[in-house]
Amino acid sequence: MSEFVVKTENLKKWFPLRQGIFDALRGKPSQYLKAVDGVSFDIRPGEIFCLAGESGCGKTTTGRLMLRLLDPTEGHIFFDGIDITSLEGKELKTFRKKAQIIFQDPYESLSPTMSILDIVTEPLVIHNIGSKNERIEYAIKALEDVALKPAENFLRRYPHELSGGQRQRVAIARAIILKPKFIVADEPVSMLDMSIRAGILKLMLDIRERYKITYLFITHDLAIAKHICDRIAIMYLGKIVEIGSAEQVINSPHHPYTKALVAAIPIPNPLVKVGDVPIRGEVPSPINLPAGCRFHPRCPYAIAICKQVEPNLVEVEHDHMVACHLYQ
Amino acid sequence: MTLLEVNDLSMYYEVYGGGLVKAVDKISFTLNEHDSFGIVGESGCGKSSLASVLLRLLPTNAKIISGKILLEGLNILKLPEDKLRKEVRWKKIAIVFQGSMNALNPIIKVGDQIIEAIQVHENVPKTRALQRAKLLLEMVGLDSSVVNRYPFELSGGQRQRAVIAMALALNPKILIADEPTTALDVIVQDQILKLLKRLQHELGMSLIFISHDISAVSEVSNRVAVMYAGKIVEIGSAEQVFLRPKHPYTRALMETVPSIKEAKKELKSIPGSPPSLLDPPTGCRFHPRCPYATAICKQVEPNLVEVEHDHMVACHLVGGESNE
Repeated sequence: MSEFVVKTENLKKWFPLRQGIFDALRGKPSQYLKAVDGVSFDIRPGEIFCLAGESGCGKTTTGRLMLRLLDPTEGHIFFDGIDITSLEGKELKTFRKKAQIIFQDPYESLSPTMSILDIVTEPLVIHNIGSKNERIEYAIKALEDVALKPAENFLRRYPHELSGGQRQRVAIARAIILKPKFIVADEPVSMLDMSIRAGILKLMLDIRERYKITYLFITHDLAIAKHICDRIAIMYLGKIVEIGSAEQVINSPHHPYTKALVAAIPIPNPLVKVGDVPIRGEVPSPINLPAGCRFHPRCPYAIAICKQVEPNLVEVEHDHMVACHLYQ
Repeated sequence: MTLLEVNDLSMYYEVYGGGLVKAVDKISFTLNEHDSFGIVGESGCGKSSLASVLLRLLPTNAKIISGKILLEGLNILKLPEDKLRKEVRWKKIAIVFQGSMNALNPIIKVGDQIIEAIQVHENVPKTRALQRAKLLLEMVGLDSSVVNRYPFELSGGQRQRAVIAMALALNPKILIADEPTTALDVIVQDQILKLLKRLQHELGMSLIFISHDISAVSEVSNRVAVMYAGKIVEIGSAEQVFLRPKHPYTRALMETVPSIKEAKKELKSIPGSPPSLLDPPTGCRFHPRCPYATAICKQVEPNLVEVEHDHMVACHLVGGESNE
């Protein structure tokens, strides 16, 4: 058995920008939005691996690349030891049976015109699994596994009859019905109310035990990441700046960006206020990236080298890597 | 000194088919001068509706059923519309609506939009209004040259600052901020929360901060009300409510919030989901989800009672000081 379920190597996704005809005639080089720009990490069996960062950092694009919902510009993706970067046709379909996704917004990810039975059994139909009766059986099992009980009562209902939490459970049932090995959960609780969130997170942990699933958990909320993830990677403008166990990254962040991110989060205690967060401004455009370290224009500790040379990830303690010249 | 007193306020929405959505139901609270008051609750609990009633900015199907809103002793609900518009809205109470940073007119310069807000209320020449717009933008931490920029040229955080500047254009005594940081990333959220705190102190105004995010409210507010299904279930100082919560709902809610400073723990959820306000449960509205519910909770609606100085809870199990 390999040490990882999924692995990315120097993964890149550049989206070309539309160019005017005059620029094209003048031979001006086309511009790219570098959403993901050289990302390498692996996800170990049974772990919940978190990709965290602010909006536009490339975390969702990375998740989609890993499922081949988008084709990478460069780099490789390995799944179960096989390079899946350029799989096509039948082989791609076989891979997709083993890797599923849960989207952010359960109000948009479920078709309003399909019954819960149709939604949950659609993956079975696509992969041509089971007879009609078997499919209903599988659907009941999946709905029971996500605690929508009695499952029979849900089969004929439609998404609009369900609450947000119940819809997200349906989305999870759809994701697990093929018994996948790997699930990408893209902000699965950010649309839900606080009182519902923990239930969905607990369900995901439950399912990990029961189905032996490995997760890529994409979130902007480091407080949630700390409480449910095993390892966390922090992304900034298409690059991973820090990666390590949840405790390492949150309790002893090394990268100045991670430090700021952790420091800026308020806590539910009125006696403890957020102190000074020593970075200014907002995330710059991913089209004209700063030279050197992408974070240098906002970094209070930037030195000359940061403006010229892009730092690589280096190990600062066991399993804890940081891409910052201050630690090279 | 009391600035705003809300007394037994109820506002229902009439819906197609004859039902009533009890969005704001018998709510009372007071807001003192220089107060930073937080209203926290989940989606659909009526917190944004409450904000709209305070300015009487209501859709046509909204009906004010009962109550008073006394602003410096004057009942806003009794004022004629034009007087309300000229003398209260924006001048005394201004609001930053949820998502208003995305509601700026994309084809009008930021400065002109602020000038418009000023000139609607005050008869001042454009040059003076422009001068004030520049000062306002500087006050919220933007460069005064932003007056000549269009909203699309600004980032989310900058647009939110511009919207706050616009709300402060007439020097209001009360600023209502409805989920002002919900769509922003943490670092920008932190900047906006600090800005609101600074402005509240510097301008000596009162702030009503509405959010679903307990951590953000505890960062900004010194007094807090917790809403559930159209009612206030607990109200007190931020320390009382968040550190010594008494209502079973507040206690359960605090258990659901992950804190970045705590050791890894199992997050708890509240079973069930918030009720429909079209047909809320009888008695205490939280009773179907409450682990401690008794017979009386199903029948009798609890009133807010004082459990310690300035700390009120609406729960049959928490009755007065003797129970504490």
